[in-house]
Amino acid sequence: MSTQSPQAPVMTLDLKGLLCPLPVVKIAQAVKKVNVGDLIEATATDPGVLADIPAWARTSGNEVVTMERGDKIIRFVVKRIK
Amino acid sequence: MAVVTEHAKPATAPIVQRQPEAAPKKLSMIVFSGDMDKVMAAFIIATGAAASGMEVIMFFTFWGLNAIRTGSQTGKSLFGRMLGLLNRGGIERIGPSRLNFGGMGRWMFKVMMRQHQVTPLAELRQMAIDLGVKLLPCGMSMDVMEISPADLIPEATEPVGVATFIEHAQQSQTTLFI
Repeated sequence: MSTQSPQAPVMTLDLKGLLCPLPVVKIAQAVKKVNVGDLIEATATDPGVLADIPAWARTSGNEVVTMERGDKIIRFVVKRIK
Repeated sequence: MAVVTEHAKPATAPIVQRQPEAAPKKLSMIVFSGDMDKVMAAFIIATGAAASGMEVIMFFTFWGLNAIRTGSQTGKSLFGRMLGLLNRGGIERIGPSRLNFGGMGRWMFKVMMRQHQVTPLAELRQMAIDLGVKLLPCGMSMDVMEISPADLIPEATEPVGVATFIEHAQQSQTTLFI
């Protein structure tokens, strides 16, 4: 499981089983707890996150570093920008 | 396991151009309906907007007040007490806009929401409060329906009127009536 980023995430979130709007809310809350520039890694099962996490990043001014879709699990990394 | 990797667009080419250090965008919502399904939609939108960094206000009027009532018996006059009895309020008591069948529908939806791991309505409202969503009760509806501030959850603000809502709406990029 490589994130293809030399920087290691400072937080890992398990969002499996959660549905809209929980994944976005949990990521938004988590981002406030880390420093600007830090990475947060998360795993989810709701396919809605494929569109919603990038949309959240654009509106909140943060960044999606990677988004990997597996058979059932979606793994993504977001970076706090501001 | 086939893993498809999609790299996000680089920071130099954002899809939506961000405004340089502008005031946070704002969403103002009128919650007129006290139906479980519509109130749920309202709180999902509110939490999503707040999580995306927007300032959010929700103006609860008429049946919408049921979503921020404690569920206490309300009313002073005969009609007021009758209304209070028939329209008990409280977020756990409100039923869906269709197929409620005297509470059976509400029960069924609650069970199905639990099965599908959807956040219960009361938790969703608490989440909105924790994210800083402001809950504004309509003073005029409260007067007509004989609902006092003590009948509302403590997180609700003081009762306000249409001018307050319009002021918020004027500062908003998004306004919704639910």
